[in-house]
Amino acid sequence: MSPAVDVKTLVIDGIDVSARADQTVLEVARENNIFIPTLCHLDGLSDVGACRLCLVEVKNSPKLFPACVLKVEEGMEVTTKSDRLLHYRQTILELLFAERNHVCSVCVTNNHCELQATAQSQGLTHVRLPYRSPRLGVDASNERFVADQNRCILCTRCVRVCDEIEGAHVWDVMGRGIDSMVITDLMQPWGESSCTRCGKCVNVCPTGALFDKTKVGSDHPKYPDFVPYLNMMREGR
Amino acid sequence: MTSEELLQIAEASTAEHEQFDFQLNVCMGTGCMSQHSDKVKAALTEEVAKSGKHCHVRQTGCMGLCAAGPLVLVEPTETRYGNVHEADAKELVDSLGGKPLERLETHLDKYFQGQQHIVLENSGHIDPEKIDEYIGRDGYQALMTALTQMDPQTVIEQISKSGLRGRGGGGYPTGLKWGMVAKAGKGQKYVICNGDEGDPGAFMDRSVLESDPQRVIEGMAVAAYAVGASKGYVYVRAEYPLAISRLTASLREARRRGFLGSNICGTTFAFDIEIRLGAGAFVCGEETALIASIEGLRGQPRPRPPYPAVSGLWGCPTLINNVETFANIAPILRNGPQWYSSIGTERSKGTKVFALTGKIANTGLVEIPMGMTLREIIFEIGGGIPNGHTFKAVQTGGPSGGCLPEEHLDLSVSYDALISAGSMMGSGGMIVMDDTSCMVNVARFFMEFCMTESCGKCVPCRAGTAQMFDLLTKICDGEATHADLDLLIDLCDVVKNTSLCGLGMTAPNPVLSTLRYFKHEYLEHIDNKYCRAGVCACAGKAPAKEEVTA
Repeated sequence: MSPAVDVKTLVIDGIDVSARADQTVLEVARENNIFIPTLCHLDGLSDVGACRLCLVEVKNSPKLFPACVLKVEEGMEVTTKSDRLLHYRQTILELLFAERNHVCSVCVTNNHCELQATAQSQGLTHVRLPYRSPRLGVDASNERFVADQNRCILCTRCVRVCDEIEGAHVWDVMGRGIDSMVITDLMQPWGESSCTRCGKCVNVCPTGALFDKTKVGSDHPKYPDFVPYLNMMREGR
Repeated sequence: MTSEELLQIAEASTAEHEQFDFQLNVCMGTGCMSQHSDKVKAALTEEVAKSGKHCHVRQTGCMGLCAAGPLVLVEPTETRYGNVHEADAKELVDSLGGKPLERLETHLDKYFQGQQHIVLENSGHIDPEKIDEYIGRDGYQALMTALTQMDPQTVIEQISKSGLRGRGGGGYPTGLKWGMVAKAGKGQKYVICNGDEGDPGAFMDRSVLESDPQRVIEGMAVAAYAVGASKGYVYVRAEYPLAISRLTASLREARRRGFLGSNICGTTFAFDIEIRLGAGAFVCGEETALIASIEGLRGQPRPRPPYPAVSGLWGCPTLINNVETFANIAPILRNGPQWYSSIGTERSKGTKVFALTGKIANTGLVEIPMGMTLREIIFEIGGGIPNGHTFKAVQTGGPSGGCLPEEHLDLSVSYDALISAGSMMGSGGMIVMDDTSCMVNVARFFMEFCMTESCGKCVPCRAGTAQMFDLLTKICDGEATHADLDLLIDLCDVVKNTSLCGLGMTAPNPVLSTLRYFKHEYLEHIDNKYCRAGVCACAGKAPAKEEVTA
């Protein structure tokens, strides 16, 4: 007979840890206070492995794996910090900063921004790449919220929270490659869309791309912790 | 359908054709159709009726030599005519039974003799819309044998023993993949045929689907039996209207003859196939993106594992193989795995179809045994570089592959040899370049392709390809510095190692391979603002210096 709970043991950054078989490396690392940077991951939402910041090295594999979707395995040896990984993480952040118009000094989420905090945690001091400075629109048609495409990093948290938690699926991604864009409904203005005005997308947005009109200056803390709480309540645990 | 009935159909089909003195096979592939081969066929039919000769004109699939289209093959004399036009019809029909028409003969024996046709064995010899002609050439014998004389495990063993590897580019052992899907539980499973051929300059899969669609259907049915699937999908790009219409007709024919549906070949095996059309996204050739597209979602990849063999279409175990892989299945089962593994090299068995394009005399489709050298393919079968130019590089593997220079011409074509040289097999595009091509510009072209075809999901591919494209443009324009080149090399490393799917992981390959073999061209653009091919905008800005070209 197989045991009810399958427990695995593995090594993360030289520390022996134990985990449930269905856990990801990211979950286990955070339980053990090992920090792995993430942007697209959010506790309580499905994982897409898109931002590539949580890439880790696994012993005996030439490939890097995103910790957010990497399931634990018995005897696995994971390295979350190395010069190579740091270089990759910094370059990915550089790519994000150069992609659109991230100007912290005029952003409502300055000091509450996950992109900014991640860049600081990874010791990013400057961007080597030329800024692409695209001219992108701002949608202020919603009576409560604003969507500023210039600050969007396409993490798709808004898409997932709207679909998975709110159940409305107002947000989705349009276009391909560098022209990708999050849109409401079939690119209707946000205010005219089927949006329920719940504000979940605003609170999970890691940057100032989605913000509340009532917040002024640069004082816009976000509270994405409601997602796992809601999930827990719904599951009746 | 029993094996006796199969034999009867085959005999009837052969007898029907043997009653004629001559068969005129007119190529009705996309290449020849663009040269109005349909009008040639109509003219030939009219002339045959007028002449009163006992002769049959029929449409067939691609004969390979697209450069000389429209093509006409006369059976049983095996005379090949190229560049046939409506006006030539009377002369051609009159010559039947006498001396071949010297003026129109292709005179390219080297092109045809160097090849070995397994996947293309019926191309140009049968009408792709008539299932009985396929049966007449041993079609559906493999499925009949598999269903009535083998258990699924034996079928998988046969495929494993043949050494067949995935023809879509990755080269994953086909038997191993089938085994994984077969072992993945007993519930609903799917078989998918990947016909989303998107590499620039590649048209192998299109040609197979246009010329011999029944072969792909038979391969899929065998696969479905082996892995325990009851439903199949063929994912074809919407840009291939002729392939889609022939495949649709062929599926209907296969159902009529009882090779699809329930109680196939009088057994309990049931299987059917539906067509799904791609909407022009290159990334949908990636298996997880393809699955998302079939499910009706946005065509973008997801991280693997779990692999589709475990959790694929709608979460069920799914087998995905390329068109050419499925096209190899029937001959392997018919002739035995030993026969197949006797062809090719140690680790790459069988034959591979390549689409020869670019600066080459005989543009077209060739099928060669693995292990043939690039020199033989390009200079003997391909007829070399036309117009007195010299060979510079050959690009294999599409936007994921690389450019190989002259010193690698004696490389024998196999999965591993190409990868060790910095390119890859890919799905079979082979673009030949001469001294009029600038390698930096070529790298820029492929980077632009990857940039516009990136799905936009992961950061390195979405933003990295755009940055690399800008840097390459800067180099081409003669405005770059050595720091820009270093940045480009660094970005190649980052994008290659951090991207989510194969598109991003291989997007830097054209840059890396051109940097490996043609770094001097990059340096000329940077140091001297000089483009030796005269393609780039920087060419006029500074005159060529002697020591540069030396």
